[in-house]
Amino acid sequence: MSTTIKDPETIEPANMDLPDPEVVKKELLARYPAKVARKRSNQIIINQKDEDGTFPEIGANVRTVPGIITQRGCSYAGCKGVILGPTRDIVNITHGPIGCGFYSWLTRRNQTRPASDADDNFMTYCFSTDMQDKDIVFGGEKKLKAAIQEAYDIFKPKAISIFSTCPVGLIGDDVHAVAREMKEKLGINVFGFSCEGYRGVSQSAGHHIANNGIFSHVVGKNDTIKDAEFKINLLGEYNIGGDGFEIDRILEDCGISIVSTFSGNSTYDQFANAHTADLNTVMCHRSINYVADMMEIKYGIPWIKINFIGAASTAKSLRKIAQYFDDPKLSRKVEEVIQREMPEIEKVREEVKKRCEGKVAMLFVGGSRAHHYQELFKEIGMKTVSAGYEFAHRDDYEGRDIIPNIKIDADSRNIEELSVEKDAEKYNPRKTEAEMEALKAGGFEFKDYKGMMSDMAKGTLIIDDVSQYETELLLKLYKPDIYCAGIKEKYAIQKSGIPMKQLHSYDSGGPYAGFRGAVNFYHEIDRMVNSKIWDYLKAPWQISPELSAKYGWE
Amino acid sequence: MNTAKSYTATRNACKMCTPLGAALVFHGIEGAIPLLHGSQGCSTYMRRYLISHFKEPVDIASSNFSEETAIFGGGANLKLAIENLTRQYSPEMIGIATTCLSETIGDDVPMILEGMGRMEDRAELVHVSTPSYSGTHMDGFHHAVRAVVEHCNPEGPRTRHRARKTVNLFPGMLSNEDLRHLKEIFEDLGVRLILLPDYSERLEGPSWVEYHAIQKGGTPIKDIREMGLSGASIELGTILAGMVEKGEKTAGSVLKERFDIPLVSMGIPMGVKATDRFFSALEEITAKPVPEKYKRQRGRLIDAYVDGNKYVSKKRAVVYGEEDFVAAMAGFLAEIGIIPVLCASGGRSGFLKQALNQILPQNIQGQVHVHHGMDFTQMEEAAGKLSPDFAIGNSKGYTLSRNLKIPLVRAGFPIHDRVGGARILHIGYKGTQQLFDTIVNTLLQNRQDTSAVGYAYM
Repeated sequence: MSTTIKDPETIEPANMDLPDPEVVKKELLARYPAKVARKRSNQIIINQKDEDGTFPEIGANVRTVPGIITQRGCSYAGCKGVILGPTRDIVNITHGPIGCGFYSWLTRRNQTRPASDADDNFMTYCFSTDMQDKDIVFGGEKKLKAAIQEAYDIFKPKAISIFSTCPVGLIGDDVHAVAREMKEKLGINVFGFSCEGYRGVSQSAGHHIANNGIFSHVVGKNDTIKDAEFKINLLGEYNIGGDGFEIDRILEDCGISIVSTFSGNSTYDQFANAHTADLNTVMCHRSINYVADMMEIKYGIPWIKINFIGAASTAKSLRKIAQYFDDPKLSRKVEEVIQREMPEIEKVREEVKKRCEGKVAMLFVGGSRAHHYQELFKEIGMKTVSAGYEFAHRDDYEGRDIIPNIKIDADSRNIEELSVEKDAEKYNPRKTEAEMEALKAGGFEFKDYKGMMSDMAKGTLIIDDVSQYETELLLKLYKPDIYCAGIKEKYAIQKSGIPMKQLHSYDSGGPYAGFRGAVNFYHEIDRMVNSKIWDYLKAPWQISPELSAKYGWE
Repeated sequence: MNTAKSYTATRNACKMCTPLGAALVFHGIEGAIPLLHGSQGCSTYMRRYLISHFKEPVDIASSNFSEETAIFGGGANLKLAIENLTRQYSPEMIGIATTCLSETIGDDVPMILEGMGRMEDRAELVHVSTPSYSGTHMDGFHHAVRAVVEHCNPEGPRTRHRARKTVNLFPGMLSNEDLRHLKEIFEDLGVRLILLPDYSERLEGPSWVEYHAIQKGGTPIKDIREMGLSGASIELGTILAGMVEKGEKTAGSVLKERFDIPLVSMGIPMGVKATDRFFSALEEITAKPVPEKYKRQRGRLIDAYVDGNKYVSKKRAVVYGEEDFVAAMAGFLAEIGIIPVLCASGGRSGFLKQALNQILPQNIQGQVHVHHGMDFTQMEEAAGKLSPDFAIGNSKGYTLSRNLKIPLVRAGFPIHDRVGGARILHIGYKGTQQLFDTIVNTLLQNRQDTSAVGYAYM
């Protein structure tokens, strides 16, 4: 019996009659003023691998032109909503008017599982200084201090963090000074983030600000070494719909211990302890690759890119982790787990594939999901004809090799880059140079990410920061069988008669990661692309008007 | 009895920010598109929130401030945004609402728009000032309605040829089904209605045969331009009426001031008393008798009140949400013998207490705790001491109901943990009937769920 999925690359979908990407691109640009069209033209790329193995340069992480309805969020959303949102025991105070806090109040469906009822869980709370006119005029620092004191008095949390919204930076409130003062006063960790919504190009800037903050203020604060043999950090996994729980289950069964997850189902202590892990594994390259880099420089922890979306990818990632630790016992255990999980997956996959093979998907989401989820579609024989990220950078499309060529613009300059050095006491290379070289020589790839383009077919259309307007045109021109994006796009797409799967919040589904997640996803896509609901769009008298005549009374 | 402790920070707010209300209003105008002047995150957040309630496309554009824009002003961004929106969406109106960012730096939006000059067949540009640090989404809503009316009805001769048979109705923030019900009532009366805003079709439409840049539906702009000629205006909301009395300008008061159009203010017609008042006013304004259909609805409702009174009498409720929603809902509950022991809102108009004093019968007022500027955590603390039997309001009360182990009847906005939030009918005899049935059934369900035996015959 086959227990490994065929390499997805070899699954060839049925021949499809797809529109010429050049023509599509032209149409997408037709309605824009010349200047906007030029800019968008750099962000709409027809995929093509050049002879030297490189891909065309894509315009990414560039500001959305005003008036184009983008799906992107802001720096605050990335910082408070995405990165710190899933951490349960830090009191997150939004410093600003009420909207920002309200709109980021548990809307991302990241789940958490406190060890017991006695453990802190502040995730159901939305704390805000709810700034009023007078705070804007006279400054909000006093109110912020009082709010921190109050949060401390009520909850006695391990840490309190402050998130700045747009007006805070403008009126000159110094949240960092307030944080330092209150940290001193209360004796707990208090830190602030300058994540005003106007900073940076998208939520990606906020991820960076958040991760820098956690790295500077929390990581390295707790040196307890976990009593476990194979210790890793899982970076860039946010436990949407319980993805993290499924990954935890698999890793645990393999005997691999997670020191910290950034930041699904996470706690303050996990972050503080993260520097004691022996390997960093990176799920979402976009939101966190720089943390992996910094941890390697400062603490000597190597990092690898892994992907737990897709059954084959999950198996591959587990094997890669085992290979790193180079322990026969671990490798055996990993193989056992894979052999145990695969038969059930194969059964469902074969069944679902019969109904999905040859169908067409489009994915416009995230900073890694639009790439990762193509794996799951391939596994059931579906082809991705167009994809793009909402907030990713060039390296997430073209691969890490191009990083030195990325132009630094005003927006990226505004996001602080930390300069990190070896920690005098805590730096500890996990592998000797010789060991690292030996692994590399055997084809093992450290800190490597080849990006989305390398996994997509020639002639597919890659679109960065797709707009609502462009989405509508894409639907018209390609008529895909399924479109994956977020809630903002969802209903317009479904009104056009095309099933739409949310890959930010998973609609109400999930988990989709790991082995059980793959099975959930196969079933979900099967349900959506083979749904009979669309048959009801037209009433019988609209389909064949002659029918109604036959039933006439006369 | 003081039921609420006061805190510095807001924990789990019972209000949203000002521009959200304005964005919703522009979705209730035919061919209009909202544009938020500020960071793109505001548009994205408000879109996702409105969408999670309506489960419909809700486009909101942004002028996408950058760090430089925040320093040097947003004029250029705003102009570019208007130009781009016009090319892609060909809107008839662009509703420009400011955010805390553009308000804090003091962008002079009217001047920027003035500077763009006039262009043939360009969209109407309507500006509404909505700093998020001032008021709630309800203020944004009312301000946007006023801004649109002011823009479309510039001052002119006060005595013009009146279309006496036309009524302007400013319903406030009601559900799609409520708006449809209002339209139905006027249709049955045979009276022309100009309802502003009306997002009932645009935010609850069928599948598309072809792509719509802007969904169909909404109050036609040409109708809004004719509001200055109507026979009367009606504004729903006791709080709103209080604000008019205080001298604040609303759409209705502007039309009164500019064109001498009589303004009738009243509460949202929830419950028999409030609906009676609504129909009486309609009769008076239009000189048309209440259609038989509504008399029959009223008859059935009173009959149901009698039959179901045993289930609801002396029950205790927590009511929360927008102030006008709370005032109207509390009035209805009191009418059926339920004591609204806690009436709370995140809003802070200063009129909630006064409104409830007007609406609630004397004999229960001593048992009713009214709080404005309240968040859900304070509400939970206060409600915990008041032994409520259930809570009624939007989805955000879920945690409170879960912690207090009382059922939650969902009504108002936002409802994102149930389907059909926008289809709830709250108003008129028919809507009251549906609220009544839902409340009774929720209480019965709770009795069954918490019974050790499990009786099926209640």
